[in-house]
Formats: sequence, C-alpha cells, structure tokens
Amino acid sequence: MSGGNRVRGGVGVPVPKKDAPALLTGKPVYVEDIAPRDCLCVKLMHSPHAHAVIEEIDVSRAQKMPGVACILTHQDVPGTRFTQAGQTYPEFSPYDRLILDRHLRCVGDPVAIVAAQTERQALAAMRLIRVRYRVLPAILDAAQAMDNETLIHPEADWRALVPDCGADNRRNLVAAGEDAHGDVEAELAACDVVIDRTYETGANQQCMMETFRAFTRMDAYGRLEVVSSTQVPFHVRRILATALEIPKSRVRIVKPRIGGGFGAKQTAVCEQYPAIVTLKTGLPAKIVYTRGESMTLSSPRHAMRMHVRLGAMRDGTIRAIDLHTLSNTGAYGEHGPTTVGLSGHKSIPLYTHNMKAFRFSWHTVYTNTMSAGAYRGYGATQGLFAVESAVNELAHALDMDPARLRERNIVREGEVMPAYYGETAASCTVDRCMARAREMIGWEEKYPARTLPNGHVRAVGMALAMQGSGISNVDTGAVLIRLGDGGVYNMSIGATDMGTGCDTILAQMAAQSLECPVDNITVHGVDTDTSPYDCGSYASSTTYVTGMAVVKTCEQLREKIVRVGAKLLGCAPEDALFEGDGVRRADGSAGVSLAEIANAHMMAGTEDISACVSSGSPVSPPPFMCGCAEIDLDPQTGEVKLVDYAAVVDCGTVINPNLAMRQTEGGLMQGIGMALYERPQMDHLGRTVSNSFLQYKIPTRVDAQRIRVEFAPSYEPTGPFGAKSIGECVINTPAPAIADAVYNACGVRVRSLPITPEKLLLGEREA
Amino acid sequence: MNVTLTLNGRQVTAAVEADDSLYTLLRALGMHSVKCGCETTNCGLCTVHMDGKAVLSCSVPAARCDGHAVTTLEGMQEEAKRLGECLAGEGAEQCGFCAPGLMMNVFALAKENPHATEAEIDAYLAGNLCRCSGYVSQRRAVKRYLESMEVQP
Amino acid sequence: MARYKDYVAAQSLEEAYALNQKKSAVIVAGNMWLRMCGLNRQMAIDLCRLGLDGIEETQDAFVIGSMTALRALETDAALNAAFGGAFAAALAPIVGTQFRNTATVGGSVYARFGFSDVSALLLALDAQVVCFKRGAVPLSLYQKEPWDRDIITHIRIPKGQRAAVCSVRTSATDIAALVCAAARSQAGMRMVLGARPARAMIVADALAPESGADVFEAIAARTPFGSNLRASEAYRRKVAPVLMARCAQACREVTA
Repeated sequence: MSGGNRVRGGVGVPVPKKDAPALLTGKPVYVEDIAPRDCLCVKLMHSPHAHAVIEEIDVSRAQKMPGVACILTHQDVPGTRFTQAGQTYPEFSPYDRLILDRHLRCVGDPVAIVAAQTERQALAAMRLIRVRYRVLPAILDAAQAMDNETLIHPEADWRALVPDCGADNRRNLVAAGEDAHGDVEAELAACDVVIDRTYETGANQQCMMETFRAFTRMDAYGRLEVVSSTQVPFHVRRILATALEIPKSRVRIVKPRIGGGFGAKQTAVCEQYPAIVTLKTGLPAKIVYTRGESMTLSSPRHAMRMHVRLGAMRDGTIRAIDLHTLSNTGAYGEHGPTTVGLSGHKSIPLYTHNMKAFRFSWHTVYTNTMSAGAYRGYGATQGLFAVESAVNELAHALDMDPARLRERNIVREGEVMPAYYGETAASCTVDRCMARAREMIGWEEKYPARTLPNGHVRAVGMALAMQGSGISNVDTGAVLIRLGDGGVYNMSIGATDMGTGCDTILAQMAAQSLECPVDNITVHGVDTDTSPYDCGSYASSTTYVTGMAVVKTCEQLREKIVRVGAKLLGCAPEDALFEGDGVRRADGSAGVSLAEIANAHMMAGTEDISACVSSGSPVSPPPFMCGCAEIDLDPQTGEVKLVDYAAVVDCGTVINPNLAMRQTEGGLMQGIGMALYERPQMDHLGRTVSNSFLQYKIPTRVDAQRIRVEFAPSYEPTGPFGAKSIGECVINTPAPAIADAVYNACGVRVRSLPITPEKLLLGEREA
Repeated sequence: MNVTLTLNGRQVTAAVEADDSLYTLLRALGMHSVKCGCETTNCGLCTVHMDGKAVLSCSVPAARCDGHAVTTLEGMQEEAKRLGECLAGEGAEQCGFCAPGLMMNVFALAKENPHATEAEIDAYLAGNLCRCSGYVSQRRAVKRYLESMEVQP
Repeated sequence: MARYKDYVAAQSLEEAYALNQKKSAVIVAGNMWLRMCGLNRQMAIDLCRLGLDGIEETQDAFVIGSMTALRALETDAALNAAFGGAFAAALAPIVGTQFRNTATVGGSVYARFGFSDVSALLLALDAQVVCFKRGAVPLSLYQKEPWDRDIITHIRIPKGQRAAVCSVRTSATDIAALVCAAARSQAGMRMVLGARPARAMIVADALAPESGADVFEAIAARTPFGSNLRASEAYRRKVAPVLMARCAQACREVTA
C-alpha cells in the first residue's frame, strides 16, 4: 500500500480491539445491561416429553397470579410456519416451526410463554399451568428416523423452499443428495488398500459465555424494536416478520456487544418469545435463557454418523474417497440441509492431488431431539474427524508415516478441486503448514510414541483441515463509510462482532485503504435501520466478504474525496492525489487537508462524501491448517493429558496477528474439548442430561496448557489484502489429531467422540 | 428484609428477599460488570470480593452480606485499567463477557500470590471459564500484570 | 434454585438448633449445592455468625469449624504439614478458588455427597463429626446415616497419621470419577473409596502398609461400584486397585 507512513494500526498490526476498554472495565454494553428496568420477564414452559401433542392446556389459574402480564399458548400465536435458521435466500431450511405448536417434537419444546413483572412471578405462575399431553412414540436414534412410521412433521403446511435439496417430511427427511466425480466403485476396487470405517460425533454445545437473550419494545413509530445477542440481525428481522406475520418495515433489530456466538446465535433461538409478548401487550419484554435452557433448547452441532471408504495404492497414493454422512437435525430442519454438505465438501478436497474419483452422499433426518444449528466448523468439523481419522488409519495400514502419506496426496496451490465445487486452490500453503507444525512438535523424534520413566506414554498425532471463506455466490456484505466534519470517518457495517474483533479488523482495513490512523475510523454495533445489509457473521465470511466490501468502499470514497479536494484546489481530479490526511495537486504546488474537505462540503454542501459498496464472491477460498497433538497417557487409568498442540494456519494475509492468534487458540481449545471432555448425553426418554457446565465439561485453563500457533500466509488474490477466513477452520484438527495420538499411545482407536479414559482403558486394542 | 453492606467503599442499604443471591442484589444495584454464566457454580463469571476474598456471588445469600464489604469491578476501575491494558494488548478479552469475573479473581491472586508462576496462575484461575480465547494469552497477560505490579512503588 | 421465605442468621447454636427442628427449615452452609437443588423451604438458617470457621490444632487433633471454607483447609500450613499435603491435594481440583472460598467442610460432610473428595479423606483419617446435640460421632457412622436435624459444629481429625489422596477426573476441576484416600496410623492403613459414585466407604481397615496389587484387586472385586455420567461400574472397578496402590505408595513415601 502507498502512504504507509500515515497509516496507524493498519493491516498486519496487532491493535487492541476497539471495544476493549469498555469490556475490560465492566461497562454495561451487553443486552441485559441495557434492557429497560421495567421490562417484563419472559419465561418458557418446556415440554417434558420428547414427542407429544397437547390435548388440553389450562392457564386460567396462572393468569390470575400477581404480576402476570400475559400467558400465551399455541392458541394465541400466528399460524405461519417459519424457520429460525439465519440463512440467506434461497433458504434451504424448511419452514416447519410455529412460535408455539400443539405438536411437541423434543424435550424442551416450548409449551407456553409466561410474561410477568418479575422472574419470580413468571415462574410461580408457570407452576399453575395445567397441561394434558398425549405422548407419542419418539425417535431418538437418527439411524431409525428415515421412513419410520412415526412422522415428526406430518403437518400439511410444512414447506421446503428449496425442494430439490431432498427434503420430504413424509420420510422424516430434511435433505438427501449426492455429489460425485469419476467412478468411485471402480477406483476403490482397483486400490491395494481400502479403509472402510464409520465415525461418530455428537451434538456439541457452543457454550458461549453469554446465553441466548433479547429484549423487545415498541418504538416511537409503533415499530417492534428488538435488541438481541445475535450474529444475524438482518435474518432475525426476516424471521420475526414471518413468524409474527407483520411487515419487515415494522421490525428493527439492534445488536450491541455480544458475549460470544460460535454459530449458536446464527439461529433466532429466543427473539420471537419476547417479541410476541411486546406485540400482544405493548410492553417491553426480555428473555434471558438460563444455562440449562441454553443447553437443552438451543442450536448445537449436528450429531453425525459418517461412513468412509478410503482407497489407496501400496505406495500411499490416495485414489478414491467415498463418504456417506447421516446427520441428525433434531426436531426442526434449521441448518440441517446445509451443514451436512460441509462434511464432505470441506474434507475430501484436501486429498485432491492424486484423487481419481470421489462420492459424497448424505441424508439429514428429523428426530425427537433438540434441534441442531450452526456451530463453528458447521459440518466440516464432523467430516474432517472422519476423513482425517481414516487417513491416519490408512497410514497405519500402510505402515507409513501419516505426514509422508499426506505429503503425497494433499492439494497443491493452483489445483482444481472437483470435490470443492470445481474451485481452484488459488492460495494454499497447506504443505508449509504441515512441514512447520511437524517441526514445532518435534514429529521426527516423537512419532509415534515413547514410554516415560513413570510409565506414562507420550505420543503424537496430526490432522489437516480446511474450511471456506463465506458462501460463494450467496454471502453479501455492504459497508458504508461517511466523511464527517473535521475529517473523521464513520464506518457502518452489518457484520456482527461477537467478540471476534471484526469491528476492529474491518477498521484496520479501512485505515489501510484510507491511509489514516485506525482511531480515525469509528465503528458501532449493528442496527438494521441504519447499517448497510450484511447477511451476518457466519460461514467464515466477515474478513473475506465484508472485508472486500471495505476495500471497495474505500476506493470509491477516495475518488470522491479527490474530486471534492480537486475542486477546492481548482484543478482537475486527474491532477490531484489522495494522501490520507488530505488531497494535493500532483505537482506538489498546493494541498487541502481532509478536515478542510470535510468541512467545506458541509457548508451549503452539494455533494455527500460517503460511499457504500456491497460485495460478494463467486468463490469461497479455503483456509488450510495443520495441527499436531502430543498427549500423555496414563495407561493404568486411561487418563489423557494434552501436553502440547502445535498448529500452523494458512488464512492468507493476517490482518491482526493478535486477534487471528486468539481465534486460532480459542478454536483449538473448543476442538480439544470436543475431542476429550465434552460429552453430549441424553437419557432414554430424550432428555438432555449434559445440561449444565457441571455435566458438560468445557476445557478449563488447566486442561491444556500449551498451545502454539504460527501462520504460513498465502496470498488470496480475491481477498482483501490477500486475506481468507480463519474463525472456523481452527476448530477442526484437534479431534482427529488427538485420536491418532491416543491410538499411537495405546492401540485403541476411538471412532466415536469424545475420547474418554473409559474407552481407552476398556476398549479393544487394535495394534 | 433489609441489608446494609459496604459496596465499593460506600454504605448501601437495600431490600432483599430471603433467598436472593448476592448476584441478584448486585445487578439490582446497577453493578452491571457482574455477569451470570451458569447455575451450577462452574463458570466464575459472577466473581466478586467479599471482605477481600473472591467468591461466587451467585452462591452467597444476599442476606448474609449484611455488615460485610463487597467489591465489584466497578469499585476497582484503576486496577481494571491496568490489568485491562495487559489483556487488551494480547487481544485476550475477545467477547469480554467473562472478563470482569476473571479480573476480580486475578486481583485476589495478586494479593495472595503476587509472584505466581504460570502453573500457579492457571490453577488459581481454573474456576474462570472462557470459551473464546483458549486461555494461553490470558495467562501471558496476567503474568505481565503481576510483573508490572512488582515494579510499582 | 432453592427457595425459602425467611432467612435467619442464627445468633447462637441453641437458636439454630431450635429453628432447625422444623421440617420446613434448612441450614445454609456454603450454599453451593443447596442453591442448585430446587429445594422449597420456609426458612433458611445461616450459621455464618456463629464463629464456626477456623482450624484449631490441639495436642492430639485438628478441630475444624463446620463453616470453614474448603480453601482454608487447602491452604492451612499446619494441617497440610501434619497429613503430608493431603488436604491441598484433595481440595485443589475442586471447581475453582472462588468456589472453595465459599464451600464449607460442614456442608460437604452433612450432605454426604458421593463425589466428595474431602469426605473421602476425612473418612480415611477417622475423623469425628461433632454435632451440637449428639456430640462426637465417628464419620464412618455418620456417613451412613440419613440426613438429620442436628447441626455439625466441628470436624475433629486425630493427628499422628499420614494420608494420601488420588482421583481420576476426565477433565480438570470436574467431579471425580473415582476418589481413593488412604491414611496410615499405628493401626495400619485405612483405605477409602469415594465417587463410586455412591457415598465414600471404608474398603479396608488396618491394612498392612506393604500390601500389594493382589490385595487391592481383591478389595476392588468386593467393593460395590455403580455407573453414572462420569464412568461405568466396570471402569471404576478396574481403576480402583490402581488408585489404592498409588495412595499406599504415597503413604509409604511420606512416612519415609
């Protein structure tokens, strides 16, 4: 970039997050902190049954309780079905929900909405609601769902907006399909070795520290204002308008600071409940999910069962991969049709180099379990656990170092990836990621395992990962930048910072483009009334998609500033140069400062100095990474301690090294949790028993103390400053890497997560 | 019933229910830094000081605080600024929701063990969950904060 | 969420005891588990103003107030010196420092939590539970009884023993999947298993200090174990001898 010396805190600089001072002094900036004090408290009564129909519901006694403002049942809500999934047109999610339904499809499904002046009063009233249920047979096992005689969505008004995704409510199917290239059966038949295995992952919880919450009120214009902890404000507007049967023009969504999302808040899990209360009563209302609710009626990862057939020649050439994924969407379709695709499309392409054929087929089914949603990795995490584990198993079958095996087969920069929609890997340093990660962990000395004097076994394992950067031809981000008086830039974005720091990194890109200090760019939270459209922060889209919109907006703004500056200087725009702090004549004879330009156009102004450009991408360039785990196994108890994790990431250009590093470390830790500690469990009646931080253990700071991250940047030609995404890719390697390290330590192959001491101690040794 | 406590150095009298927690009381008194992240004493988000000791405000009966001194991050803004700079310098706060509870426990650690090693820092802060950061940067930031305290007069 | 209508910070043990004779009353100690249990009572009786927090060392015992925080036991120099650091080892893995600053030893003992690390250790050390009305009761007996309406004032731990604690946990700070505590005195070695997942129990008394693997295998074979979210019966049975051997070893080491 030119003018680098005027830039402060531009691209590549670890500037602190713009909201850090407020967050770190405990200022009231989150939803609950800014909710009006007189808000009604909204509580949900939950279904005790996995599958039932409400025969009768009596709220008469409850309604008379002190403080109660309203109690709503299925008789009180609009009859239009909708989806809670925050997705862009065309919506793959079936419209299969009502705000309250007579038909209850999982334990926790809302039976009634109670709004009272205080939480105490709401809960007291709820205890007096009498419900008679007709209990129906429940389908809890995804393998039993398809074509089961029990139908989870028999309703006539069930509607799939994209019918060719294979959705069929008469078969409990939300999606089915196949993508193939070449003759996979013939290739597998010709292979020397075929690894044929089934892997399973569970419905992991995102566990953002701030649970789901929102408050609603009527504004001065008689419109519904919703302040929500969401990743997708614009989608929430559409979802609420549909669910409440009101025009979108009557809904406004505001996103303040939010306490983490990781995909959970890409689903409008809770907004409709206070919204309908406010519409019915005209009073402000708020809902704050308990942790228990957040873990039983939320939007966890899709549990998947993946059958992999991986074919290779004796020399380690991988020729064919056949993957079938059975995904459990739970009670509602939501993200079911889309997540499943990533299990194959973001795992198989890693092995493009010698691949002759692949087949990826899938089914996503309804069951009577909690509805699944979006969780960082979005299906890729599950698929990569299966494919990367299979590759590690292949290495053992061939008696080959898994690193060498991968070197032979991984995708190279410039290669076309048939399993990735035919896209070309225009930027890819996965080879360098692997080489460096091996060096960092000491692979050569440590692979596969060694026994310590205390009897513990130290072992290493590795895995690769990829993801996308936004959804090609779908995701859109727009950025609006205005030049204000005195020469300050106000940047409006619709992308939602959920703690990731996107407000800051997008400002860094703007500072770089506008050749100014990052402090001269102001940003704020999202407001659907004033922010330009952005599909939201998900699918690893913000840095890449919205970032590109920043670049394009800044280009346009520079041109405008030069035009106004040239006018003030009395020269043609072609003879003037943008220099960050002002505009000068190309011959150097005169200049005018940015402040003067800004102020001049505000006096009887004729031209608004602002720009707003929208950006999308025809491609979704994958970030890549390699993770190497070193574990310590106590062979007498089966306890595993992760002693070291080395990861090297290719996310293209690193915009903010600190924040990219935190994203990576945080994602790795979640992946480590999924691998070793987090155990989603349900009882035989479909009740989630891992419903708290007591029973669902996320990693603490004592569990994994050493995580080391480096970058091996490529340059993505279609990305802003060469950047790709980072947020999701980083969660994918720990499970397969740790599973192989564990196998190297004790010979037990864990194909169903998590890896528990029990499985290692009592499991069958395969080596 | 009424309780009178010293909140961030000021005497406050407030009406509480018998089964209110200190957390509920503090939020009602406008102490917005105090967050709640679970119902099972596991997350550490609601950590405040009672008579100088870090406690989970979700588990202390509000009524028990009568006559005691309670401190929240609102009452430690100077210290918060210093520790905050160490955390922000690493980008270690991420979403920031767990930060006030973490910081209150770091202040307790600083008092109890100002020369804590990295392992001691981790052990002391084990009850402060964070889902964003992956913890390693927080450890570095806390270490730097403790070291900066040493050179303070 | 526990609910109660009245709160009383008792001014004397007599008052606390009298109030607690009603079934509608409940004693508040650390309020960690109590808060979570969804209990609905008329009155909560808080013992916080009775001076029951503190660790006192006498000639032949440690006398610990029932309202003493677990963290105090964990960090008390004399207590840990006397028992080979067993209290620090047993308590440090529990949740976090803030939790242990509030959770009390009396609360743990009264509730007879199966997973209680501290109860397992106290049981191994042959502790006595001092109740306001009944006086001193051996923990080994108290442990087996149903919840009563007496009030624990102190825990008394006889000195002259060496102790060790071992546990398996799937993740740090989690409740243990199995706890083993051992104490060695003149009489021999006493071995306790907790988090079976039922209440801790003495599985061997007066064991020869140099007992070997076969002895521990035999003990595990006859000890009742169950399954819960954290581990199966089979896993617990298989790991128990390992933990017993490690505790025994640790007891031997600290003696030497």
